[in-house]
Amino acid sequence: MKLTVWTYEGPPHVGAMRVATAMRDLHYVLHAPQGDTYADLLFTMIERRDHRPPVTYTTFKERDLGADTADLFRRSCQAAYERFRPEAMIVGASCTAELIQDDPGGIAERMGLPVPVIALDLPSYQRKENFGADETFYRIARALARPCEKTARPSVNLIGPTALGFRHRDDVTELTALLSDMGVEVNVCAPMGATPSDITRLGAAHANVLMYPETGESACRWMERDLGLPFTKSIPIGVGGVRDFVAEVADLLGVAPGLDTDRLRLPWYSASVDSTYLTGKRVFLFGDGTHVRAMARVARDEMGFEVAGMGCYNREQARAVRAVATEMGVEALITDDYLEVEAAIEAAAPELILGTQMERHIGKRLGIPCAVISAPVHVQDFPARYAPVMGIEGANVLFDTLVHPLVMGLEEHLLTMFRADPEFHDAAGPSHHGGHAPLVAAEEGGAGPRAPVAESPRDISAKKTEGGGATGAIEVVWLAAAERELKKIPFFVRGKAKRNTEAFAAARGETEISVDTLYEAKAHYAR
Amino acid sequence: MTERFAQASGQGCRNAPVLKQRGQHEVFCGLTSIVWLHRKMPDAFFLVVGSRTCAHLLQSAAGVMIFAEPRFATAILEETDLAGLADAHEELDRVVHELLARRPDIRRLFLVGSCPSEVIKLDLAVAAERLTAVHAPQVRVQSYSGSGIETTFTQGEDTCLAAMVPDLPAGPEWPEARELIVAGALPDVVEDQMRDLLAKIGIETVHVLPAAREATRFGVGPGSRVALVQPFLGDTLAALERRGARHVAAPMPFGAEGTTAWFHAIAEAFGIPPEVVDRAVAAPKARAERAVAQAAEALRGRSVFFFPDSQLEVPLARFLTRECGMEAVEVGTPFLHRQVLDGDLALLDEGPTLSEGQDVDLQLDRVRAARPDLTVCGLGLANPLEAEGLSTKWSIELVFTPVHFYEQAGDLAGLFSRPLRRRDALKVGAAQPPAMP
Ligand code: SF4
Ligand code: SF4
Repeated sequence: MKLTVWTYEGPPHVGAMRVATAMRDLHYVLHAPQGDTYADLLFTMIERRDHRPPVTYTTFKERDLGADTADLFRRSCQAAYERFRPEAMIVGASCTAELIQDDPGGIAERMGLPVPVIALDLPSYQRKENFGADETFYRIARALARPCEKTARPSVNLIGPTALGFRHRDDVTELTALLSDMGVEVNVCAPMGATPSDITRLGAAHANVLMYPETGESACRWMERDLGLPFTKSIPIGVGGVRDFVAEVADLLGVAPGLDTDRLRLPWYSASVDSTYLTGKRVFLFGDGTHVRAMARVARDEMGFEVAGMGCYNREQARAVRAVATEMGVEALITDDYLEVEAAIEAAAPELILGTQMERHIGKRLGIPCAVISAPVHVQDFPARYAPVMGIEGANVLFDTLVHPLVMGLEEHLLTMFRADPEFHDAAGPSHHGGHAPLVAAEEGGAGPRAPVAESPRDISAKKTEGGGATGAIEVVWLAAAERELKKIPFFVRGKAKRNTEAFAAARGETEISVDTLYEAKAHYAR
Repeated sequence: MTERFAQASGQGCRNAPVLKQRGQHEVFCGLTSIVWLHRKMPDAFFLVVGSRTCAHLLQSAAGVMIFAEPRFATAILEETDLAGLADAHEELDRVVHELLARRPDIRRLFLVGSCPSEVIKLDLAVAAERLTAVHAPQVRVQSYSGSGIETTFTQGEDTCLAAMVPDLPAGPEWPEARELIVAGALPDVVEDQMRDLLAKIGIETVHVLPAAREATRFGVGPGSRVALVQPFLGDTLAALERRGARHVAAPMPFGAEGTTAWFHAIAEAFGIPPEVVDRAVAAPKARAERAVAQAAEALRGRSVFFFPDSQLEVPLARFLTRECGMEAVEVGTPFLHRQVLDGDLALLDEGPTLSEGQDVDLQLDRVRAARPDLTVCGLGLANPLEAEGLSTKWSIELVFTPVHFYEQAGDLAGLFSRPLRRRDALKVGAAQPPAMP
């Protein structure tokens, strides 16, 4: 048993729902107790879908358990087919039905429905949502896709976008336009928007664009093996990512690597002097593996930030994330426990967090600005406006997203110069932000100021180690004068100063930090 | 009262036929009730023993609250727990010890059963007993089920409260002790209003179940009278009756009429003359009627259709038809408890289809055919119905928002009129959603 308050991912059948809901003319019959229909509202509320997810639940109750739940499944399947007349169906069990062992796949097969029925076997007690989506789409592709004649013109499939995906809707639009500029057509985009008959035509493309490895990699690997479709490995996020991607597609399809950069504004915005103050801002990244590794490059190479820490919650991407982290000179954090993430963020004391909605809350608690770059996200990250993160416009969107939470350059100077000004002081926070959680000065006599520790669920399942101490084994104590001096440093760099000073002192084996130590450290780290 | 309060035809819907259907239910399971129960009992912790689905459900239902130090969590069963029950019990003990060590402020711990724990027959009652023996007297450990196979949405509160009843101390005899137990979790502000009026009527000893703290537990016995403020508490009522308490049958205290009838019924059970009630409630009742009349302007003459969700549907239909001038097309409820709803059914005019249980696709066919002005339904159905041009009121809000008794009567009507006013206010063209990719 694992004590859990918050989860980054839902159970695997929610992943299957994300695939079913993304597609058209496909219906999912899910053997599940009545309450599991809660998942519908993720789609109707967070994503604001205008129709119910194409899912029929058997909603068995206790009284059914004694009787024949298998028969209930059979009847639900039949009724769903007759009502919705889908081109194909997927069938499976949620965690509870997995325990009663009715074998939805076998039952559905014996029913002899006139459409393909694809059985899903999703181990609810071992795997999670992303696996569910990946596996479901793989099963669907395997069941329906067959070798077929290639399109006359160069074409690709867009693989991986699903319902409830972070910015999937607009990424598809953006990539479609980008490919079209190169004279490459989109054969099928799947699962998003595809019908089962579209799936049968996957083989007509010349290659696959794997947009999101989390939800499309298994299908791409299978298509590579069985349909001879190579797939792209680069993630078209950020300017470098997009350039790599264009080169890769050109190479795979034998077309010219054209990229229309007329509307690309990130490089100039980033180069303009207004952005100089962004240099070396310490950023911590957490989310799904794909977004984290792509965004880490953007942060370092295109925004001039320093990556202070990074990690992902989905183990499937651990290896890829570790590789990028090593390149960035940090150690990757692979965990699905947000308390560990919180501790790592406290230890790294970044000036900006890029993460999921959970990291946004951690940021709020610690008084560190945050931008959302990955699912899971809440309703406001399914925006009405066009907001891709891939492609040219995606790069522009990212520039704004990553800069917006930060204190602006001039403001930063004013904060340093006029600390006593009623507007420019710690607690005021960035002028362009509403509900900023100000840093609270430490209680007297503590080991230097600390971020406010708002009440959090950490205390019920917290790690034994206290977060915050980044100094290793040696216990360093702040002398009162040094602590006062530290408080004079503006709040948005204070964490960094504190951390640097402690590291500096520890490295020299000093156990006390005086005002001198503080400035020695400042000199040491100056650049 | 005005002529809007049509005289009930005597029996109302008491004997109306009920449409019973069994098919797909589009409802929450009882676990959801933890989301509000834990706020009501600040010294309690709710530990669900279940799967990742259960944790995900709580997270989705609790929304923002998940970050405000919730006093609930899920012990997620893993492969190894499924292998042997002995190990599962050991694991549970470990998790509970860990939890209690970190949260010494907890006085009551609820082990909440889920579908997975019920199906593998993990006996939480036994576990609760065992754990109480270890952790008493600091912590009382109890168990109940919130599983979807046994409970629907608000029924989770019923199974929770019912589980607390056998454990209450014995109460004194009638008429020496004339104690009122009010069952149902109410927002604090509403509870205070209620206590205040009960005191004015002359009812001295009022206990509320759930009590806010373990320390304010009370006795139950033949000296107790029980009034419900929520219609979904059938099991709790039965458990209290088994302990000798007697039910004060009354309509639910929604709207001016329901609230007045509720106080009258209690006064009668305590032998207090009706004039005393009328005097005590005159001012708030007049206020409520004014507020309802105002908020109900947008509702008058419009039709309403209830999907089953919380068991609040019958009393709310009674309020909307009698005090707001609406016409009910269908009143769906997950479960129709006749003893509890007798007062409301008697007041509800014949006419609407009463339905119990659900086959959601068939019910959607009916709502499309009827095209009511307002559809009360869950969040999984609301936006899809809006996209079809039907105005909806999502029903969960009715459980989370203070809606009982006089001072909230106007707000209650307002919850239903807001979607209609909004529809009239929006001038952005047909509310057709953009095509989804
Ligand atoms: S319906 Fe059952 S399995 Fe699903 S969330 Fe509720 S208790 Fe858990
Ligand atoms: S604050 Fe975050 S978790 Fe809370 S509702 Fe908003 S997005 Fe969701």
